[in-house]
Amino acid sequence: MKSIITVKDMCLWYGQTQALKNISMDIEENSITALIGPSGCGKSTFLRSLNRMNDLIPGVKITGELKYRDRDIFGKDMDVNELRRNIGMVFQKPNPFPMSIYDNIAYGPRTHGIRSKAQLDEIVERSLRGAAIWDETKDRLKKSALGMSGGQQQRLCIARALAVEPDVLLMDEPTSALDPISTMKIEELMESLKKQYTIIIVTHNMQQAVRISDSTAFFLLGDLIEYGNTEKMFAQPQDKRTEDYITGRFG
Amino acid sequence: MENKTISKERRAYIALMRVLMGISVALTCGLVLFMIAYVLGRGIPNITWELLSTKPSYLSGNIGILPDILNTVYVIITTLLIVLPVGVGAAIYLTEYAQNKKMVAAIEYAAETLSGIPSIIYGLVGMLIFLQLFGMQTSLLAGALTLVIMNLPTIMRTTQESLKTVPQSYREGAFGLGAGKWRVIRTVVLPDCIDGVITGCILSIGRILGESAALLFTAGFAHALNGFVDGLGKSGATLTVAMYVYAKEQGEFEVAYAIAAILMLLTVIINLSATMVGKYFKKRRNV
Repeated sequence: MKSIITVKDMCLWYGQTQALKNISMDIEENSITALIGPSGCGKSTFLRSLNRMNDLIPGVKITGELKYRDRDIFGKDMDVNELRRNIGMVFQKPNPFPMSIYDNIAYGPRTHGIRSKAQLDEIVERSLRGAAIWDETKDRLKKSALGMSGGQQQRLCIARALAVEPDVLLMDEPTSALDPISTMKIEELMESLKKQYTIIIVTHNMQQAVRISDSTAFFLLGDLIEYGNTEKMFAQPQDKRTEDYITGRFG
Repeated sequence: MENKTISKERRAYIALMRVLMGISVALTCGLVLFMIAYVLGRGIPNITWELLSTKPSYLSGNIGILPDILNTVYVIITTLLIVLPVGVGAAIYLTEYAQNKKMVAAIEYAAETLSGIPSIIYGLVGMLIFLQLFGMQTSLLAGALTLVIMNLPTIMRTTQESLKTVPQSYREGAFGLGAGKWRVIRTVVLPDCIDGVITGCILSIGRILGESAALLFTAGFAHALNGFVDGLGKSGATLTVAMYVYAKEQGEFEVAYAIAAILMLLTVIINLSATMVGKYFKKRRNV
């Protein structure tokens, strides 16, 4: 399979502290990659570098080579807004805008210049269907998104990300704030999204990584310890530290 | 189980505290109520349609405050028209764009200090700058410009504070969809803090209504009836200045009390409308 994102010898510093050390990994197209590891290991930092959300934090320095479809992510010719349009993101806590459900979904397309009502209507419906939340929302599109339950809000945020037709979807612990049923719905959703999108997900839940991901990367204290096929890694971890972590000996 | 009782001293102490608190409440409420009742009681009987709708004339001995009412409106509008874009713009820059945190902190501190200094100092500075340095006439415009300087810190600080209450997650969500900085601010951040901006406006209007010292130096005392554009270039008294003039220099206490009652009613109306506007925007967001 083809790699969509390639990272070579990436290091990242927050001021004087090094948060990521010589990370190299290739991410395959149309797969789900899980990033696991204890809190503070750098997995979220790594995820947020891929669509340059770390740009928002002052004092971050990144070295090494990060490429998306053979284009340098931090290159001078890379427009950060275009990058984020292609590499969408779903956050840990559902963060719908304080607007109607419709306006939430239409926000991205409008940002990128789509004005026609008919076109927007179509995108809104397609995105909400894509995130398996159309049936629950079709009668209340003009209602505030803040009135939905947490699980619905998170699926709305996924729909909002889908509305700009991204290529890659980054998910930063998307189910950690949700109940088991909402979590299950979102996991099912990811399975179906895999056909069209490449998904990279940070998770603290080992079972979740096993259930949904094709590949898993284990981070520890800023190092990428092990990266490979999920089944293989969980059955026969190559590194002692990986084994200790996935068997629950620390973390 | 042993029956524990509260000692006599403690009971007496509690009772004493109760009484003291009661006295504080009675004093506070009493003073406020007395003020309101006294001013309204002396003012309202003196408010007549004639007073509100005519201009004063020394020839006929007529006293009317229509010019003062209009001047007040002109000053409020002009001041807000200038101070809003400048103050909100400065607040957006300082909270959303500025990188140098030390400089921002220094500016915030300066703004806070500025909003605390006595208004007569603004009047003096306004007079020196606008009238002497720029050679403007004593006019409503000079007065409004002085009030702009005076209200700028208020508008800036209230806007800044409400910008800071907008959750970072909204910004991240919008950035994550590929929205540029200005678009994020315009479509997500500003709509979410519009009620803060409005609160700042209301506070400013209140200050403008109540301002006399700064305007005495810069806007003058005239009671001529003017249109908006004409009026800006001419000297004119706002209601508060007129009240000072009638009470202090002409001994017309009935008129002064009538103006006082009008100002009080206006303050109530402004506060009520502020609450309502705030509620309206809150409601509109949570359709």
